[in-house]
Amino acid sequence: MSTIFGIPPQALFGQLLLGLINGSFYAMLSLGLAVIFGLLNIINFAHGALYMMGAFVAWFLLQHLGLGYWWALLLAPIAVGLVGMVFERAMLRHLYKLDHLYGLLLTFGLALIIEGLFRNGFGSSGQPYRIPAELQGGTNLGFMFLPNYRAWVVVASLVVCLATWFMIERTRLGAYLRAATENPALVQAFGINVPRMITLTYGFGVALAAFAGVLAAPIYQVNPLMGSNLIIVVFAVVVIGGMGSIMGSIVTGFALGIVEGLTKVFYPEASNTVIFVIMATVLLIKPAGLFGRSN
Amino acid sequence: MTTLHGATAATGDSGRAQIVAFLIMTGLLIAAPAVIYPIFLMKALCFALFACAFNLLLGFGGLVSFGHAAFLGTAGYVSAHAAKEWGLPPELAILGGTAAATLLGLVFGLIAIRRQGIYFAMVTLALSQMVYFYCLQAPFTGGEDGIQAVPRGMMFGFIDLRQTMTLYAVVLTIFLGAFLLIYRTIHSPFGQVLKAIRENEPRAISLGYRVDHYKLLAFVLSAAISGLAGATKSLVFQLATLTDVHWSMSGEVVLMTLLGGLGTIFGPVVGAFVIVAMQNYLAQFGAWVTIIQGAIFVICVLLFRRGIIGELGRVLKKAL
Repeated sequence: MSTIFGIPPQALFGQLLLGLINGSFYAMLSLGLAVIFGLLNIINFAHGALYMMGAFVAWFLLQHLGLGYWWALLLAPIAVGLVGMVFERAMLRHLYKLDHLYGLLLTFGLALIIEGLFRNGFGSSGQPYRIPAELQGGTNLGFMFLPNYRAWVVVASLVVCLATWFMIERTRLGAYLRAATENPALVQAFGINVPRMITLTYGFGVALAAFAGVLAAPIYQVNPLMGSNLIIVVFAVVVIGGMGSIMGSIVTGFALGIVEGLTKVFYPEASNTVIFVIMATVLLIKPAGLFGRSN
Repeated sequence: MTTLHGATAATGDSGRAQIVAFLIMTGLLIAAPAVIYPIFLMKALCFALFACAFNLLLGFGGLVSFGHAAFLGTAGYVSAHAAKEWGLPPELAILGGTAAATLLGLVFGLIAIRRQGIYFAMVTLALSQMVYFYCLQAPFTGGEDGIQAVPRGMMFGFIDLRQTMTLYAVVLTIFLGAFLLIYRTIHSPFGQVLKAIRENEPRAISLGYRVDHYKLLAFVLSAAISGLAGATKSLVFQLATLTDVHWSMSGEVVLMTLLGGLGTIFGPVVGAFVIVAMQNYLAQFGAWVTIIQGAIFVICVLLFRRGIIGELGRVLKKAL
């Protein structure tokens, strides 16, 4: 049996795939954070909790309403997006004139409440969610076995990320959004309803998190704590990429997932920390982040 | 840039009010063990010190650290290890723990002060998560078990810390000493410059201050005092565990400070006592503690940004 750098190819490609999957989630979540931060100047600490909520909505739809995976993929982001818009209208709106710190603290509090409620309702153990029938099984690529569902996750997240990029960078709506990020007062003077745009943007960013949550449900167990550990890594991803660029957060997300996967192969002890180490290194060399504009 | 609430400059006879408040606090703490379980008091004192150290950084330096658990926890591990495995006396164990936290603070600070505001918070959070994973895997921390049965021993060879009341006196002394150190720092020229940086960093730079040096020093000082709190805590409970390095601990100290009053002198102490008491009485309700803590965050941020002591100070028209 041949090896690559002393590692059997199955292990290498298996971890690469796992890294790519993690990278998909990093990319979708950091993309949502970047979109929200751009317009609201708030770091959404509740992002992980809302990702978890998306997975739970999918589980709930299947368990109690008999609606399957594909419905969940559509309905969970809408439901969680609506919840997010209510948060924005009821709470976040009052903080825009204050120090950014308060937005961080408020969303942190929201994350604690959401996670606590779900932990009360479902305990800390996970709920299983089956892979939809259409995506069960796998394909033998010759050098490795590719589970169909995992391939689907990577493709779906790539499509969603690129569609988001296209919408923000190439459409008229996206142009309004970018303009409002630069100068909300001026955009409002042109007759565009900026407060509504802010609400919709927050809803959209949060819906992205919920979409990621549904994608994650069949891979990881649906667990109240699934978001809180992920969100810290995503924060590090955001710091590395810099929040200035949409494409930057997509690329950084996928790339760091792959780096993490490779670390699992070559030096497993560091796999939990490698992203943080990269973050520290990037900060020392290029403090604004790889794609960020210096402030 | 809008400023944080509660952080009003000492005006008029606030100085005298602060001395009176300090004497009242000291008196209460000396009398308290007669009516309240001393171990609980010591726990609250350790967290109060932790919150004061955090407040020095956030309330007076304007730097939001979401990674302070790393200092508390690391110092706890180092002092527990020193006391148990190396057999060092408690004063050296505490000193060792504090030194470890100081060093860690220097490393964190050098990396984190390269970014401002919200990025600063995320960077400190990520770095502390790195420390958490290290503590989870390193052999000397005992992983999920932590370091248990840490001996309290004899301080300076003649103070027997196995006596609960003696230990209480020592913990109270440590707390008051560090509290006065923070008070002195805030009112020193260094503290004034720190406040200037918080209010308007570009202006502080244009006035010729090397703001990075000031921020770094404040960060290291805060880390060191957090470490002192963590080291003391590990001797009180004879235990060092992963709880103290976990990011939720970093959130708790923010909560204590926010509830008591950001940028006030006595706020973090009050906030710490309230939160520790709440955790104590609500412990049997499990996840409800988390929910209530989250709700306190939301309420404080939306309606109550000055915190308990900040509001009290506003009513009395004095900076406490």
